[in-house]
Amino acid sequence: MKLYEQDNTLTAQHVKADKQADAKVPDGLWQKCPKCGTAILSKQINEFATCPNCHYGFRISAKQRLKWAVDRYSDLDEDLQTKDPLNFPGYPAKLHASQEKTGLNDSALTGEALINDEKFGFGVMDPTFIMGSLGTVTGEKLTRLFERATEKRLPVVLWTASGGARMQEGILSLMQMAKVSNAIAQHSAAGLLYIVVLTDPTTGGVTASFAMQGDITIAEPHALIGFAGRRVIEQTIHQKIPADLQDAENLQKHGFVDHIVEREHEKELLYQLLKLGGAQDGK
Amino acid sequence: MENKNAAAVVAAARSDQKITTKELIQHLFPNFIELHGDRLGTDDSAIVGGLAQFNGQAVTVIATDRGKTVEERMATHFGCPTPGGYRKALRLAKQAAKFHRPVVFLVNTPGAYPGRSAEENGQGAAIASNLLQLGQLATPIITIIFGEGGSGGALALACGDSVWMLENSTYSILSPEGFASILWKDSSRAGEAAAMMQLTPADLLKKKVIEGIISEPDDHQRVIDNIASVLKREIVRLELFSPNELIIKRHERYRKF
Repeated sequence: MKLYEQDNTLTAQHVKADKQADAKVPDGLWQKCPKCGTAILSKQINEFATCPNCHYGFRISAKQRLKWAVDRYSDLDEDLQTKDPLNFPGYPAKLHASQEKTGLNDSALTGEALINDEKFGFGVMDPTFIMGSLGTVTGEKLTRLFERATEKRLPVVLWTASGGARMQEGILSLMQMAKVSNAIAQHSAAGLLYIVVLTDPTTGGVTASFAMQGDITIAEPHALIGFAGRRVIEQTIHQKIPADLQDAENLQKHGFVDHIVEREHEKELLYQLLKLGGAQDGK
Repeated sequence: MENKNAAAVVAAARSDQKITTKELIQHLFPNFIELHGDRLGTDDSAIVGGLAQFNGQAVTVIATDRGKTVEERMATHFGCPTPGGYRKALRLAKQAAKFHRPVVFLVNTPGAYPGRSAEENGQGAAIASNLLQLGQLATPIITIIFGEGGSGGALALACGDSVWMLENSTYSILSPEGFASILWKDSSRAGEAAAMMQLTPADLLKKKVIEGIISEPDDHQRVIDNIASVLKREIVRLELFSPNELIIKRHERYRKF
């Protein structure tokens, strides 16, 4: 909702006359829940950034998530930089802008974290960093995350959020799917626990690899989780698809999600799972 | 080999003159016995799998198929495997590993089928399982991309030890049309996209995404002979490794990216 749309504040003429009107309206005073449509006054949104009506979790940056997702963390591999393998026009500038905005070197933040006394390797994908797309640096950070966890005998928790492959890195983005998968297989063969938390949105090549390779698969309410995009599906089958086809709840109904949890209860659930689910050594 | 531009390679990869799955199986593996089904309730005709004798030994053959007639093309979704197709492929590859048979994948697919039923049956999860499990099978896995190698749907059948491409084939994160549409909201700039994407065999060999390029004359019998000689050489080479060495080398192959 924009202030100037209300008749008693600014007339249409005023808005036309003032091209900067949009910028002057405080950004995000109101937010509309993209799932249930409820209008929420921004200052009423709590630290978890969820809809008070349907519990949908808004898309948030990795650093915002880490404020409540774990008790303590340290990050690793923050210095890696992509080699821009296709020499893609405009890509370095786009990357730089995302790096400035998020404070990350690429679309995942990885390291080690604690929830109470449970120590684990973790990764958080950042949907605000080029749509959380899977670039070579993202893939390398996630691979090292699993390699390090295998070596130190730690479980891994990975929060996924991604539009899929990083177009600007071409086939090398695709290769990350196989690279990370092999690291996960070795972590798994060592008897170690891998928990995935699917967040909005988890799609494309990320869904078709490490998002669906966990021992335990958690999802946040109404998170969009899918392989193909809505438009592509509708063009393929020449039919509209239901609005909730790729919602976490529908995936759970079809057997692909173990448990749906609201953000407010996520940390406690992960703590319980970490205590119950993994190898008994390495503590 | 003539040096074609990327758009011309894309066109040749999709050409009606392209060698078909049927021809490849009939001539490379004349005593092929088809094995159907994923054992989970489906049998996707976009994936044809089975057993054959090749160069004096048993091999497992798993191929994508686009079909020829209208009915076949509808049934195979124009060569786009469904989750059941990927699960059938994984089942047969695991069986091959049990009996130490080499696996030969023949791939020509625009990508995994992006339909509603595919979503509900876990297309992402099916591909993810292949990536997770095929990578750990202790038997040689060789892939020949003979037309289009579309995205994760191709990678799920090309994550083994050795990947070769016919001269007129492509391997990419998505179609040039899709790439142009995502980046420039204009699918008509596909030619431009193709050049940028580095999806030709020559580009991919340079990046070590593939082991080699197989020359592809117009005469299909010669194409078959060329593929056969690569397969013979690669199976012999890969069988020299112990199962453990094979998996270590395979992991190194992907770790470098």
